[in-house]
Amino acid sequence: MTTALTVTAMATANPLGRGLSATWDALRKDRHGLRPNDFEDAAVKTWIGRVDGLEAEPITGDLAAFDCRNNRLALAGLRQDGFEQAVAVARQHYGADRIGVLIGTTTSGTLETELAYRRRTPSGELLPLSVRYRHTHNLFSVGEVVRRQLHLRGPVASISTACSSSAKVFASASRWLAVGLCDAVVVGGVDSLCFMTLYGFASLGLLSETPCRPCDEGRDGLSIGEAAGFMLLERRGDRDGALQLLGYGESSDAHHMSTPHPEGLGAALAMERALDRAEMKPIDIDYINLHGTGTPANDLAEDRAVWTTFGGRTPCSSTKGRTGHTLGAAGITEAILSALCLRHDFIPGTVHINRLDPQLQSRVMLQSESRPLRAVISNSFGFGGNNCSLIFGKRP
Amino acid sequence: MQVFLTAVGIAGPGLDGWAAAQPILAGHSEYRMAPISRSIPEMLSAAERRRSSQSARLAIMAAQDAFRAGGLRGDEIATVFASSDGDGAITQEICDALAGPAREVSPTSFHNSVFNAPAGYWSIATHSRLASTSVCAYDVSFAAGLIEAAAYATVERQAVMLIASDIPFPAPLHTIRPVEESFAAALLLSPTAPAGSFMRWEINLEPHRTATAFPAGLPESLRSNPAARCLPLLAVWAKRRAETVALEYSDASDLVVVCEPGA
Repeated sequence: MTTALTVTAMATANPLGRGLSATWDALRKDRHGLRPNDFEDAAVKTWIGRVDGLEAEPITGDLAAFDCRNNRLALAGLRQDGFEQAVAVARQHYGADRIGVLIGTTTSGTLETELAYRRRTPSGELLPLSVRYRHTHNLFSVGEVVRRQLHLRGPVASISTACSSSAKVFASASRWLAVGLCDAVVVGGVDSLCFMTLYGFASLGLLSETPCRPCDEGRDGLSIGEAAGFMLLERRGDRDGALQLLGYGESSDAHHMSTPHPEGLGAALAMERALDRAEMKPIDIDYINLHGTGTPANDLAEDRAVWTTFGGRTPCSSTKGRTGHTLGAAGITEAILSALCLRHDFIPGTVHINRLDPQLQSRVMLQSESRPLRAVISNSFGFGGNNCSLIFGKRP
Repeated sequence: MQVFLTAVGIAGPGLDGWAAAQPILAGHSEYRMAPISRSIPEMLSAAERRRSSQSARLAIMAAQDAFRAGGLRGDEIATVFASSDGDGAITQEICDALAGPAREVSPTSFHNSVFNAPAGYWSIATHSRLASTSVCAYDVSFAAGLIEAAAYATVERQAVMLIASDIPFPAPLHTIRPVEESFAAALLLSPTAPAGSFMRWEINLEPHRTATAFPAGLPESLRSNPAARCLPLLAVWAKRRAETVALEYSDASDLVVVCEPGA
């Protein structure tokens, strides 16, 4: 088993707000960040979770080539919560070559190419210089821009396993640290609104026309959100009460490309493997942050998995009714929400529920409540049957 | 990091499976350009054959080739998929649809558009519920995948297959990202020395050194494919001879693989 890692800094920009303080304020007041879809001219009847102001924040200077909504969101996230300063301190301590970067994304800057396609010539060619593919659309662009913005020179990759992408970065980072590739890793996730995800999920009939209602009897799909989030992971022990990554669990469903295993088999495996890695028992977990997208199939399958692994005792909730489903940024966003829950000894209720689905057997929290938390598990499951669960705790 | 290479699979133009490619990469027979085989991997079920895209089938063709030579069960192998551009044909199709008046995205294309689609199909084909990670690092995606796979094998003590693949974008994106050929390769790596034939690899990031040359005799057009950057390493496997290979990695370091033949 690997040793626990310390989270020495974190930062977020998500539909609840920019920064940890705005996010915590919305969380504790049960204020959600969804709105009727007003993204560009996308005529999709749904609700979205949007980060305001990105349109007016172009990337200039050395990194101007990276300018696109996704990378703007990345930089907006990095600028929160003293994160850049914390990384600068780590850089002084370890050296730029010894700090890695692992970023999860599914959209990257696809939006740039989508818009360039509208401006094609009558013969169908793209206008010269209309697509900076490498620096915007390619999945690696967000990994590169984060590494350059933070002046790091260690190993770097983007990970894209659909909606588990930015949970998977924690597993890979743990391995990088375990084999000594680096001494610290900036992990994160950045996903932004674009036409492909809005129209794509609509084509699968997976978008709700109301704010998404995870675990509700009448839930009918998800609300897409956008977010950037980052954590700095280090091997060193830290002060009592410091946030730690205690374990990760990864699995594949081996079942279907876009539908979860009906009994949640892969999901249960991910949670069990995370518990094994953390050398913990189900009873040691005080709160489960569900993947909880609000589609009928996901929430039912995940409930089966939670029931199998934890029984009906452990409180659980989905926070996607607050942030929307931030896809490639969901893992990191919910890791940060879980961290805030641990910090403030708080369990968020599942918002927008009219009537809890009576088919669900696990203990879904409807109301938020304050209670002491030692450890929480956060689930992220993606298309292709790719699952990842993370356990965070407070250093005793 | 120390890992053991035990099997290789390949799917590329004129490189139709490892059995055919080995003598070419060893320098024993001449490379002949031929269109890439469009055959569909038998390991995919009928349903998955219908649903899967050309790019997923290409990656799985190489994976199947290595799998059959590897002597392990599917559920004993974790996977790392590495690609720079994912499925460019689907990107083109969806961007084209979104620019039209109806903006109708095909549901099948959308689920095939996820970067880890080949990994999903492969896990279904092999019934493997082990971990699977899909990584991208633009032109150096293969090197990034090798780091990921070697770290996985070292820490998790499981066999892992690294599958690198890329296909050309159709027009008009092709002018912006000119990858000329389709190519995929699969490398089966084990954390411990296996019973059969293997090569021991010591893998490290080191300060810049001269990158190992692309194998002689292969067409220039293949070089444009990021996945084909594995070919210097595959040539060493083909020759089974001790050699050190350096792959371009980042502005700070290269990926150095010290290869030694085993049993």
